[in-house]
Amino acid sequence: MNNVAVIDYGMGNLHSVAKAMESLGSDVRVEVTSDAARILAADRIIFPGVGAIRDCMAEIRRLGVDAIVSDALMQGKPVLAICVGMQALMDSSEENGRVNCLGLLPGSVKRFGGEHSLLDADGQRLKVPHMGWNCVRQKTSHPLWHNIADDSRFYFVHSYYVAPDDSSQVAGITEYGHDFAAALNKDSLFAVQFHPEKSQHCGLQLLNNFLHWDGKL
Amino acid sequence: MALAKRIIPCLDCDKGRVVKGVKFLDIRDAGDPVEVARRYSDAGADEITFLDITASSEGRETTVKTVEAIASQVFIPLTVGGGIRTLDDIRTMLNAGADKVSINTAAVTNPEFVREAAQRFGSQCIVVAVDAKKVSAGGEADRWEIFTHGGRNPTGLDAIDWVRRMVDYGAGEILLTSMDRDGTKIGFDLALNRAVSDAVDVPVIASGGVGNLQHLVDGVLEGGADAVLAASIFHFGEFSIPQAKQFMAEQGITMRLDIS
Repeated sequence: MNNVAVIDYGMGNLHSVAKAMESLGSDVRVEVTSDAARILAADRIIFPGVGAIRDCMAEIRRLGVDAIVSDALMQGKPVLAICVGMQALMDSSEENGRVNCLGLLPGSVKRFGGEHSLLDADGQRLKVPHMGWNCVRQKTSHPLWHNIADDSRFYFVHSYYVAPDDSSQVAGITEYGHDFAAALNKDSLFAVQFHPEKSQHCGLQLLNNFLHWDGKL
Repeated sequence: MALAKRIIPCLDCDKGRVVKGVKFLDIRDAGDPVEVARRYSDAGADEITFLDITASSEGRETTVKTVEAIASQVFIPLTVGGGIRTLDDIRTMLNAGADKVSINTAAVTNPEFVREAAQRFGSQCIVVAVDAKKVSAGGEADRWEIFTHGGRNPTGLDAIDWVRRMVDYGAGEILLTSMDRDGTKIGFDLALNRAVSDAVDVPVIASGGVGNLQHLVDGVLEGGADAVLAASIFHFGEFSIPQAKQFMAEQGITMRLDIS
């Protein structure tokens, strides 16, 4: 059995990611839980997140999810962070008037456009949220990119993006008005801004790669 | 390489069956929504929108089960609309596997509902559906009003003011339907689309009136739409989704063509 824990801290749709994982094989057992012992007993962990960062961080701290994620990474357990889960790993976010995050990866979370309109290469105004299918340029040959063509499209929906301090941790880049980190990697942690569970074949391939990843490069 | 424009097939469902345009078809062929959703997803649809037109209390359980079934098999974004009136309705649909909910009448009767919903669940999952009709006379500057109940009930709300307000309250996307064009197959109301797209920062989905592939192109290039929603041209096999995407790409629109 390949046991996957999806960390449940009460924020949003965990059904999709659980169903996507279950679709990958009969030997995959997915548990959606906030129980530390059960999460740490799993072979691998998904750290999802949707909604506003302030609410997410409040629930993460209230349920002790911060310590669970740290412990899992100390043990070298594979962890996949998705969307706001990725943003929560950083030092802080501009959203909701600045929120302190977990500080597991150095860098901050910024809003697209900020005070100015976001423009594409032709000077056309870009909409925020960044919503839809965009290309991800692979910066490293990571096991999670196995069998996924470079520049494949994944589904994004977010108004804030991660600006990492350490460019060596960037595993994938997407352009929306400017380049931003679509994927980060450090040790047994892989974090994506897009939603693999909503990105059809490429997304399922990435999840399948995660299922078979030992947490090493 | 840039963000792709989206094609969103819409499944209008009544009591668990896809029904849009059944007058053209034998009712038995209307389709099981799970099957239809999977077929569209395999064909390269960028999202699926499921509109529950039953929206009666007894129909809700069927809808929840259908949404669960679609979300278990179709791994592209799913929006659910029709009869979304309370925070509980939203929670139920998100828990069933919807990624976004579309709010229409409830936004008009209680605009604060949109604000509460966006605060609770995040703007990314709150789509406000807007049904607009042109009310300006010939020679006047274009003006559109919000209507409810399939275009029957005027609200007195100016469409442009309304979409701005909805975005201000936290709507993450606008699903814009021209009630003048819905079902006509003569194309989107491009002036309406352009006015709404220019008025707000969030993505706008154009809907209502698609009869051919050029209409989809016009919606994006002239109407400024970020996504195009259509039902009947796909349901009845007049055009396939790959055909539509290819046609749009040939006109210079960025599309997601390689879905493997």
